[in-house]
Amino acid sequence: MILAIARRAAIFVVSGAVASVAVFLFMAVLPGDPAQVALGINATPELIARTRAEFGTDRPLATQYFDWIGGVLTGDFGRSYVTRDLIGPQLADRLGVTLWLVGTAMVIALVIAVPLGSFAAVRHRKLSGTVISGVSQLGVAVPAFLAGILLVQVFAVQWRLLPSGGWTPPDQDFGGFLRGLTLPALALGLVQGAVLTRYVRSAVLDTLREDYLRTARAKGLRPGQALVRHGLRNAAVPVVTVLGLQLTTLLIGAVVVERVFVLPGLGSMLLDSVAARDLLTVQGIVLVLVIAALLVNFLVDLLYTVIDPRLRRS
Amino acid sequence: MFGATLVFALLAAVTACSAGSSVSVPADPDAISIGFTAEPANLDFTRTDGAAIPQALLYNVYEGLVKLDAGGKIVPLLAREWTVSGDRRTYDFQLREGVKFGNGQPFTAADVKFSIDRVKTEWTISLKSKMDVVERVDVVGPAHARVVLKRPSNNWLFDMTTRVGAMFSPSGVADLAGNPVGTGPYAFATRKRGDSIVLRANPSYWGRKPTYTTVYLKYYKDPTALNNALLSNGIDVISAITTPDSIGQFETDTRFTVLQGTTNSEVTLSFNNAKVPLNDKRVRQALMYAIDRKAVMATAAAGRGTLIGSMVPPTDPWYEDLTRVYPHDPGRAKALLAEAGQPNLRLRLRVANLPYAVSSAQVVASQLADVGVNVSIEPLDFPAVWLKQVFTDHDFDMSIIQHVEARDIVTFGNPKYYWGYDNPKVKSLLAGADTGTPEQQVAAMREVARTIADDAAAGWLFLFPNLIAAKTKVTGLSGNLVSESFDLTGLGRR
Repeated sequence: MILAIARRAAIFVVSGAVASVAVFLFMAVLPGDPAQVALGINATPELIARTRAEFGTDRPLATQYFDWIGGVLTGDFGRSYVTRDLIGPQLADRLGVTLWLVGTAMVIALVIAVPLGSFAAVRHRKLSGTVISGVSQLGVAVPAFLAGILLVQVFAVQWRLLPSGGWTPPDQDFGGFLRGLTLPALALGLVQGAVLTRYVRSAVLDTLREDYLRTARAKGLRPGQALVRHGLRNAAVPVVTVLGLQLTTLLIGAVVVERVFVLPGLGSMLLDSVAARDLLTVQGIVLVLVIAALLVNFLVDLLYTVIDPRLRRS
Repeated sequence: MFGATLVFALLAAVTACSAGSSVSVPADPDAISIGFTAEPANLDFTRTDGAAIPQALLYNVYEGLVKLDAGGKIVPLLAREWTVSGDRRTYDFQLREGVKFGNGQPFTAADVKFSIDRVKTEWTISLKSKMDVVERVDVVGPAHARVVLKRPSNNWLFDMTTRVGAMFSPSGVADLAGNPVGTGPYAFATRKRGDSIVLRANPSYWGRKPTYTTVYLKYYKDPTALNNALLSNGIDVISAITTPDSIGQFETDTRFTVLQGTTNSEVTLSFNNAKVPLNDKRVRQALMYAIDRKAVMATAAAGRGTLIGSMVPPTDPWYEDLTRVYPHDPGRAKALLAEAGQPNLRLRLRVANLPYAVSSAQVVASQLADVGVNVSIEPLDFPAVWLKQVFTDHDFDMSIIQHVEARDIVTFGNPKYYWGYDNPKVKSLLAGADTGTPEQQVAAMREVARTIADDAAAGWLFLFPNLIAAKTKVTGLSGNLVSESFDLTGLGRR
């Protein structure tokens, strides 16, 4: 058990290191000198040289890399070429917004998907099961930004119940925070819920066909009871896998939803930094996103072993 | 259908709890929220280019000796009055007394000298060259600053109304990017990157106290999100609507007032005057006859802009109507092309990938096709790619872009500018306009405008409209956009 975890942790650390080199090299080979871009088209060569020295981009690549990654490991992501702010605190601030959004969306998705998906599986031969299947199919086809635009039109512009966008930190005004979070989290969560409903349904359907469930029913349990007592835990393994994969999609969806709802999250920071060719910031954000994805994978692996004791031996 | 019902049932359940605390709660009457599309990267316009910083800070946080009023006239601000010497090289400014910076320091003639000298030494943006004409600044007395120019220049006093004329305190320039310090009616309070900047009324302001004591400048990258914010009572004013098509929804709603005025933004079909085939005046003129600019404006700006015939907006003192120089006349266009030996012309139209530019390009291309000119449209990522390929490398035949700077007609006197227009007569007229009396200036600038129009040095498709939508309670907004500032000082409420 401990060995299995250690092995997965090692894989996580090595992939993280490789990813950091890849991200760094990718930014380094992009055309365009950050100093030139930051100063604009009419900058003089002396000024560009001065700014390059200020940014540290005149040093050898290896020095720049180790300087950068050494800083990152201590939480120092450097200073933005464009805003001249420290990137680390900005990143933490923005990540907070994105985590609230993605986390809430995930909860909404699970709250929708687990009961609806299970219900649809148990009733898969009945009309109600078929309807849920159909509706979730419809939901899968709707992109999150479209859901966002529709939600804004109805709840913000027509009924004026909720704000059309903007962010209030929870420690500043909790009511305002909830109102601001509701529509974007719904936009992401409803679509994810639809996707997840389909996976839950098929995972539960597979489980229902297992021998131990037939045994449980033979002992006199109704299908729903048998499922809740013996089946859900087993159905959870494929669902957790999908959940891990979907979390990455959710992060990407968040980029778009943040733009629609004007949320100062990581996604909008990434878009702004790319537009401004603020390479050091882009580098920091991409690294954080890559590490987040690796971390999710690592945690999913760990979750398997918790859910299914059989996997601990492998 | 089922999907919709289910989704709405769910949504109704989720929002029911918050229905009691609606967003449109009675807001603080002393606060106002204004929505913008471009967010400043930082607050230091001495080292970072772009229009968003002066838009937020000029006249509001920073003040100059002079300012541009809503009618485009130069009026006193921190200078009570000024005199110009007979040789037009020496400006004597009598300063307002009792003026303080946000950090408590008094404003004196020494700060004028500090600020103007600092443009030459510390500023890194290209606009710093506007101060090259200054020979020296003398501190005659605490309230008397004298500026001596190397040669007479009308443009210099005009430039003093822009960000290069902003007055700084030596003790307030340590952190311009994060903490701007000026003499204005507002002081910078906080900013949340990706969201907003908050300004608060400066309690020790020398002039009229502003009506709104707190101003939220809120930033929305997406024009639809900006519109929705006003429609859902999230903000009070949209500073400028960039998609003129969307203005109708505000005009039909009694909650809002819509203002329409002019800007300094000439939407220009630029020609590469330095390169075959557009170095031939007849070809350029033919293109102008071939284009129905009214149709372009109808498509790209919902017909709300202003047709102009040269690089001059109606708010400049030397404006005259030159829209009839090239009437829409496809027959004449064909004849001119034949005369120039170009009956089957192929041209590359490389435009910025911005909505107004792309939609203008499509109309222009289809109208040029009618006279036998084959146009290929190439949208370029703006600003990075467009600036590099078109602006810096001059790799284009035609382009479409808004030229937003005030009085940018002077670029036609610079043969190295990307349109490659080289005309000694225009150059000498521009020089004469700068050094002459105001009357001579107006006469010479008119001549420049007529000359470049006749040469078809560029195609002025239309002047982009200034469209403002605001809650009806907000007063004092200016319809025309003449300065670099979104001037908050005149705002009031009903």
